[in-house]
Order: sequence, then structure tokens, then C-alpha cells
Amino acid sequence: MRYGRGPEVLKDLTFELERGSFHFVTGPSGAGKSSLLKLIYLAAKPTKGLVHLFGQDISRLAVKDQPFLRRRIGVVFQEFRLLEHLSAFDNAALPLRIAGGRPESYRDDVAELLAWVGLRHRMHAMPATLAGGEKQRLAIARAVVNRPDILLADEPTGNVDHEMAMRIFRLFVELNRLGTTILIATHDQDLVARSGRPVLHLEGGRMVRHGVQDEAQP
Amino acid sequence: MSEMFDAARWKPAPFLPEADARDGALIFVVAVLSFLACLMALAFVSADRAAHGWAQQLVGEATVIVRPKGGESPDAAAARAAETLAGVPGVSEARALEREKAYDLIRPWLGDVTDLEDLPVPRLVTVELDRRNTPSAATLDQALKAQGLDGVVDDHSLWLKDITRAAWAARWLGGGVFLLIAGAAAAVIAFATRAGLTARRDVVEVLHLAGAEHALIAKLFQARFARIAAVGGTAGALTAAAVGATLRMAGGGEGLTPALPIAWSDLLVLLPCPVAAALVAALAARFTADSMIRDLQ
Repeated sequence: MRYGRGPEVLKDLTFELERGSFHFVTGPSGAGKSSLLKLIYLAAKPTKGLVHLFGQDISRLAVKDQPFLRRRIGVVFQEFRLLEHLSAFDNAALPLRIAGGRPESYRDDVAELLAWVGLRHRMHAMPATLAGGEKQRLAIARAVVNRPDILLADEPTGNVDHEMAMRIFRLFVELNRLGTTILIATHDQDLVARSGRPVLHLEGGRMVRHGVQDEAQP
Repeated sequence: MSEMFDAARWKPAPFLPEADARDGALIFVVAVLSFLACLMALAFVSADRAAHGWAQQLVGEATVIVRPKGGESPDAAAARAAETLAGVPGVSEARALEREKAYDLIRPWLGDVTDLEDLPVPRLVTVELDRRNTPSAATLDQALKAQGLDGVVDDHSLWLKDITRAAWAARWLGGGVFLLIAGAAAAVIAFATRAGLTARRDVVEVLHLAGAEHALIAKLFQARFARIAAVGGTAGALTAAAVGATLRMAGGGEGLTPALPIAWSDLLVLLPCPVAAALVAALAARFTADSMIRDLQ
């Protein structure tokens, strides 16, 4: 895969994620972690090759069908991508509104989720008034609010302290236990090692390691 | 404050920000362009009517120059010509111009001559014609000759050609300038829409990645910019209507605007302006949003 006429950012990648699995994507900056996630959440297309998701080749998916597939994918962006003119509650409820749900059917769930990620007292708050960690938790709440089949997270613990990082990780584990496939791109080697979850390690756009990483591995 | 949040009373906020500092500038630009387009439309309608009126006036009249022959006096010859012409089918009325009026007509060329009576000044007969059954100049000429009268019939055809040509030019010029301004308005709206969409690219991307259908995103921007353009178009049309009404009240055809007499009914042409501006903006926003969403694929 390449952006425009630029160099290849991902090459010779072949792997499969089992439904309900939990993986980390690791690697140095520029290794292609975010690009790999973009391929899966349909923000980029492979220059060559196939990307299968939920039994479909998403690189050849008709444009009209893409929105419905995206609703099954939760994404936590590295830069959060919260809508500044919407309150925390409105931001979190966004995927459910887009999916056409009636407010009465989901508003209590949204409130409960926000309380769970520690934003009980910040539901009215606008994103500009939230601290970095609060924004991150809000972005996570928005990504998981519609119980996606797969959750992709780009550095989800990058702006939070250790305690909150572990809490977010436990949220991901809980979602995974409920059947959501999880793929997290991270630099947090400590979290990866302690989780005992398999790792896709990228370097220079290629996958150089695939498997469980023990705590001694760098 | 935070404990006060009651999910049961929550009302979803609009996907797009309610207002934007850029909206005011866009409304102003659309209002100015709509105002100019409306003024041009008013000028076009009144010019068209004026030209039509001039042409109708010329078609409905003819002038006959009567030259007395033999010992007949000019006044007697003119009276006989008027009587003859009044009997021609298609002539509503024929009237010999009074001697004083005939002198008045030639006085600018001859100066203040006191003994005009000694000059062989021809007499004029004005003929009003039935517009549905207008006799030709040749028919009038034959009628005069049959009565032994020497006259030259001027059915204004020479002037009519010039007037018709001038009216045609005025119509096309007015229409062309109107289209030019309307096109400029459309281009500005399209440009502003693109700028507005680019400024809200973050919203477009988040909605897109959260699974919003393309039609939903395009409709949001379409409605937003159509509303802005409708407000600008209404302001422009109202201002133009106020200017038109002022010109009408200040004299209409006999006052400030003798060449372009504005009628009250002309103001009706301004009614579609807000709708037209909204339509142009909606189309521009739709095309722009569609192309931007395609780029996100």
C-alpha cells in the first residue's frame, strides 16, 4: 500500500485475525501501524492485494455498502477526532444517531458508558474544555458505544496515566470477552508484555514478528 | 453542574455547528449579488415594456405631408386629405394639423420668421391606424391620388426598424448582464460552499468514518448553504424592491425614470430570487460535498 505516488508504506503483509481475537500492533514510528488500521477501517485502499473483513473483500466493496460496514467497526483515533461543537454526551452518542437509533433507546446506555470511562461529571462538557486523558476516554466511549464487531485503536493509552491505561485495557478485555475483535496499535511495551496477548510487529512496512511477546522482549 | 445531567431530557444537537462567523460574510456577498441581479431584472422588464410601447405607438400612426396644387390653399388641401384618409378602411382617425402647429414644427429650422404665410409650408395630416387591420402606406397614397391630392405618406417604417433594433439590443443586453450577474452569484456561492465544506472537513470525516451514508452528509451541507443563500437572496431582493418602489413613487415613466418606466407589477419578477439563490447554493453544496466525500474513499 502507498499514499498517492509516495513510497510503499506496507508491503508483503499476510495475516489473519480470528473473530473474537485480541492483538496488538507494535513497531517504531513510521513502521506502518496507523496505515494498517486505516486499511481495515476503510480509510485507505491497498494498492495491490486483498483485505477481507467479515467475509467480504473490502477493497472492492461498493461505495454504497461501505457506510454499513463502517458501523460494525469502532475506531479510536490517535488524535481523538472529537467534534468540537458537540458535548461529550453528543460525541459519544454519534455512532448510534448515525445508525438511526431513537434517542430513548440508547441515551441511558451512553450515560452509563460515559460514567464507566470516568466522565460521569463531564457529560455536558465541550471537548475544548476536556483534558487530554478525558478526550481519550471520550474517544474510546464513542468507538465502543455501538458494540462494534471489531475495535481498532491507535495509541489509546498514549495520553493517560498508568492507572487509567489499565482501566482502558480492562474495558477492551471486557469487550473482547463479549465477542469484539480487538486490534490495538501501541508503543506501550509494558502494556503489551503484561497483557500476554499476541503481537503483530511491523518494521519498515513489513511484518517481522507475529506471536505472543514475553516481558523480556523489547 | 455535572451532576445535573439528565439523559432522559437530552436532545440530540445538530450534526453541524449552528452558526459560523463565515456565514455572515457569505450572506452579505449573496445579498449584494442578488441585489444587482434583481436590479438588472427590473431594468430588463421595464426596458422590454418601454420598447414594446414605443413600437406599438409607431405602428399605430402615420403622417401625411400634403402639398397644395393648383389654386387650392394648403389648409383646404389638408382638410380634404384628412377627410379622404378617414374613409380608408383601417384608419381610425385622420386629423389635419393646425396651421400654427405646422409653423411651430418648421420654426427651429427657419428661425423666427414673421411672414411664414408667404412660404409654401406643407400641411401635415396625422393618421391613427387600427392596429388589427393596419392599411399600408401604398393604400393611403392611392386614396390620396384618387382624389387628386399630392401627398407623401410616412408610415414610420424607417423609425420602426431603428426602434425595433434598439429594443432588441436593450433586451439582449439586459438579459446578458442579468445572466452574467446570476452566473457570478452562482460561482461565488459554489466557491464559498467549497470553502465552508473544507473548513468543516473534520465533521465530514468523522461522520463518514462513523458510518454516515454519503447522502446524509451531502444533505446536511445542502440544507445549510441553501438556508444561508435564501437569507442573502431575500435581503438582496427586498433591497432591490425598495429601490424599485422608490423609483416608481418618484415619478415612474414621467419622473426619474422616463426611459425605463417601472410598474408596480414589475416588482413581482423579484419573487423567485431567494428561491433561485437557495437552489443554486443547494446544487453547489451538493456537488462540492459529493466530490469531497469521493476524495475520502
